[in-house]
Amino acid sequence: MAYLKTLARQQGWHDDLKHPTEESQMTRITVTVDDVSYTDEVEPRTLLVHYLREQLGKTGTVVGCDTSNCGACTVHLDGVSVKSCNVLAVQADGSTVTTIEGLATDGRLHPVQEAFHECHALQCGYCTPGMIMQSIDLLRDNPDPTEQEIREGLEGNLCRCTGYHNIVKAVQYAAAGGAK
Amino acid sequence: MTVTDERPATKEVGSRRTRKEDQRLITGRTRWTDNIQLPGMLHLAMVRSPFAHAKVLSVDTAAAKGAPGVMGVFTGADLAETQGANINAWPITADQVTPTHLPVVVDHVACAGEIVAVVAARSAAAARDAAELVDVDYEELPAVLDMKEALTDAVLAHPDLGTNKSAFWTLDSAEAGTGADVDEAIAKAREDGIVIEREYRQQRLIPAFMEPRSTVVDPTGEQIVIWSATQVPHILRFCIAATTGIPESKIRVIAPDVGGGFGGKLQTTPEEFATLAVARKLGKPVKYTETRSESLLSGHHGRDQWQRLTLSAEKDGTVTGFKVELLADLGAYVAIVGGGVPVLGAWMFNSIYKFPAYRFTVQTILTNKPWVDAYRGAGRPEATFGIERMMDELAAEVGVDPLAIREKNWITHEEFPFTTVAGMTYDSGNYEAATARATELFDYDGMRAEQRRRRESGDPVQLGIGVSTFTEMCGLAPSRILGQLNYGAGGWEHASIRMLATGKVEVITGTSPHGQGHETAWSQIVADRLGIPFEDVEVLHGDTQIAPRGLDTYGSRSLVVGGEAVVRAADKVIEKAKPVAAHLLEADVADIEFTDGTFGVRGTDKGIGIADLALAAFAAHNWPDGLEPSLDAEATFDPDNFSFPHGTHLCAMEVDTETGATRMRKYVCVDDVGVIVNPLIVEGQVHGGLVQGIAQALWEGAEFDDNGTLVTGSFVDYTLPTAADTISFVTDHTTSPSTTNTLGTKGVGEAGTIASTPAVVNAIVDALRPRGIHDVEMPCTPERVWRAIRSAGADSAGAAPSAAQPHFDESEGDVQ
Ligand code: FES
Ligand code: FES
Repeated sequence: MAYLKTLARQQGWHDDLKHPTEESQMTRITVTVDDVSYTDEVEPRTLLVHYLREQLGKTGTVVGCDTSNCGACTVHLDGVSVKSCNVLAVQADGSTVTTIEGLATDGRLHPVQEAFHECHALQCGYCTPGMIMQSIDLLRDNPDPTEQEIREGLEGNLCRCTGYHNIVKAVQYAAAGGAK
Repeated sequence: MTVTDERPATKEVGSRRTRKEDQRLITGRTRWTDNIQLPGMLHLAMVRSPFAHAKVLSVDTAAAKGAPGVMGVFTGADLAETQGANINAWPITADQVTPTHLPVVVDHVACAGEIVAVVAARSAAAARDAAELVDVDYEELPAVLDMKEALTDAVLAHPDLGTNKSAFWTLDSAEAGTGADVDEAIAKAREDGIVIEREYRQQRLIPAFMEPRSTVVDPTGEQIVIWSATQVPHILRFCIAATTGIPESKIRVIAPDVGGGFGGKLQTTPEEFATLAVARKLGKPVKYTETRSESLLSGHHGRDQWQRLTLSAEKDGTVTGFKVELLADLGAYVAIVGGGVPVLGAWMFNSIYKFPAYRFTVQTILTNKPWVDAYRGAGRPEATFGIERMMDELAAEVGVDPLAIREKNWITHEEFPFTTVAGMTYDSGNYEAATARATELFDYDGMRAEQRRRRESGDPVQLGIGVSTFTEMCGLAPSRILGQLNYGAGGWEHASIRMLATGKVEVITGTSPHGQGHETAWSQIVADRLGIPFEDVEVLHGDTQIAPRGLDTYGSRSLVVGGEAVVRAADKVIEKAKPVAAHLLEADVADIEFTDGTFGVRGTDKGIGIADLALAAFAAHNWPDGLEPSLDAEATFDPDNFSFPHGTHLCAMEVDTETGATRMRKYVCVDDVGVIVNPLIVEGQVHGGLVQGIAQALWEGAEFDDNGTLVTGSFVDYTLPTAADTISFVTDHTTSPSTTNTLGTKGVGEAGTIASTPAVVNAIVDALRPRGIHDVEMPCTPERVWRAIRSAGADSAGAAPSAAQPHFDESEGDVQ
């Protein structure tokens, strides 16, 4: 049994669940997500991504791994991109979170969303929320990146479908101001 | 009646339409299976075996059952009556040895990660906590992990079967009457020609789609509804009905948004069956979503072959025979396609070439590792790798350019249709044209000149140029051929078209896209066919209740087979509408012509639009006698033949001879996939395919320790390429329309993956060949390249030590 548990931990099956729940204390947090303020009770071990998906129904943000490698869960925390599987919900207390669902304003797509569509930078779309959030962050830091800078800036986000070619093009397209 | 023609000026087919699917996906308005929440839904966690081979002596579930929020804990014994089985649909021989594959094991574990018990609880967290409390008593058994060792049967993966050998399958051109005897050709070449003998390793890969698999089962209605992250909702429904006894009519399977598959979701999984069984036991909706680590461990793997290859040729490089002997690891069970995966390679090892003699054999083997099944290309990448590596070896032996040796042996464009030595008839192709375009885009002569300069100057960073001219068989598959091969289903596809009263059109397809863009491409096809706006077409799929007939998406079949079904359904709509148009226009039906969405009367300016006819059908106030008031139509298309896309891929790799590090300089591919419906989508398929194939060459491999534990069990260790590892590609197309379907399409889903692996490895070997190196085992990591360079002086055969398995009897002849 001990071996099984060790293996399970090594394999990461239970990574997000370090301790049994019996007496878990709840913590109250207040977070603004996509322009709405929420006050909720969360378990201390709850990851931000699970809080977003399960408590707030923000299922636009997804989970692709259990080792913080894939970037599918990327959101903006106080304006900076983070992997929301790598942040506890309690750490977001008092903060502002933007997810893929909060990017479009007044029915208008964010220019990076538009660029992903125009450049066919998505196929299955599973990596897309994280890719878009990371690309926005990259362009904020570096509005005129080279191809290599784009590639390095997206290194923490995995895509299995596109081969990255069109994702790089989309970031270039957005950097150049879209269709104009 | 007004004459309406809202058809856009440009033809839809061939235009770079951006995708309809994107709007939801880029705004997070998605329906992944894991997003689904139902009232009263319970969550599952799996208790998995840490041992590769063990007897389950007892399972103590008491502590887990008492844990907070736990609604039930089920062992294999608890579910034995109802859980069904994971079946193999393609027994490749009549006497194939096929172990029973139970979703939740009862007493025998055959690989690490198998499910031993299932915990159902209020939340996923509670279920996982309780899973840790399940106490399983195992008796560990010796495990067989290496397929060559497995051949000896010294240790058995399934002791009750008495052997690890599952099946032996042969395609012999002399026996089939499609060519000469390969042994004679080889014997002759040993006298006065060239014989090249090599053994290549196709390492085990993991499909690693980005969306982990997830299943939700709702048993509360009259029909059981199953949502699953699957490529094959129709096949899943059939397999559930066939093995659990639930009437097929009581099962509805939905594949909602599915985040990639690449063959990895072409499976019916133990997790799907276990989730169904528990939902039925508890009478509650139940969800199971795997973690990434579970996905890598317990989803099926791909490739995993040893290829023993013998090529005979005349001194000038004209190939006279090719013998292929494969060992293929099936893992612990024969999965749904199973041994059919290597068998699909049987018609592809001869590739684009005119070989007079050919024999293909495969021995499939059972081991105590996770099962192996389709992964992008399924059998065809392995075959293409084998032959394209061999053609480079032959070129080196003859002393000519790798392109020249290919040209000497390939089928010329005047020779189509061409029946190959493996018995396939290639309908169309033009290898010369694709190669000419690729060499031009690549600046082939310029790159060769740079390579010479670097060689002459002794540059520590050498340049290698890799060639891969490939073909594949797509459009799976003619049902008659599948029947001859003993496959358990047909290969047809179904479509129907519903003409709505408001002028909108619903297209229902039996394909099940998960990133391929069928909603966009099918809309383009129907818009052209019916002369209606692209925007007015809605494509419905992936739900057995909405699309009741279908065989799903894999094997680059969707457009070639499914798209043709759509075309035929549309044509039936037009045929149905003609007498109605004649009736309403008071004309003779023979005078009705359909162009651009309008039924006109020949020689007049009278006409009626197809949308108006749909409205007329809805009202049915004025309808011809004896006709049913409907324009809806459906079609089932069963192809006569496969389709054969091809292409020429050229890759330049820089190899640092001091460190073994490699860097891709340039990659050009010119693919002939027949007529292209949407170039934007096709390019995307090619890019993604290329990177998966390149990843096999350079980075990926499933590795196990001596106990059979997967050590590449997370994304930390199973290294998918990132944006920073890859480059931008140069892609282009030549077009030889397929003659086997109306649109002339050939399929593109797997092309990039099939072609790119040998292109990259050929480039690396090309860079190192002057050092006497003729192989580097995949993945060609810097360490392996470095070792190859280091050992090159010592090993006159010139292969890296890890690659050169002693296997050929030296007395058989010259080993090149
Ligand atoms: S889910 Fe957060 S990095 Fe993979
Ligand atoms: S679009 Fe499928 S993983 Fe990126």
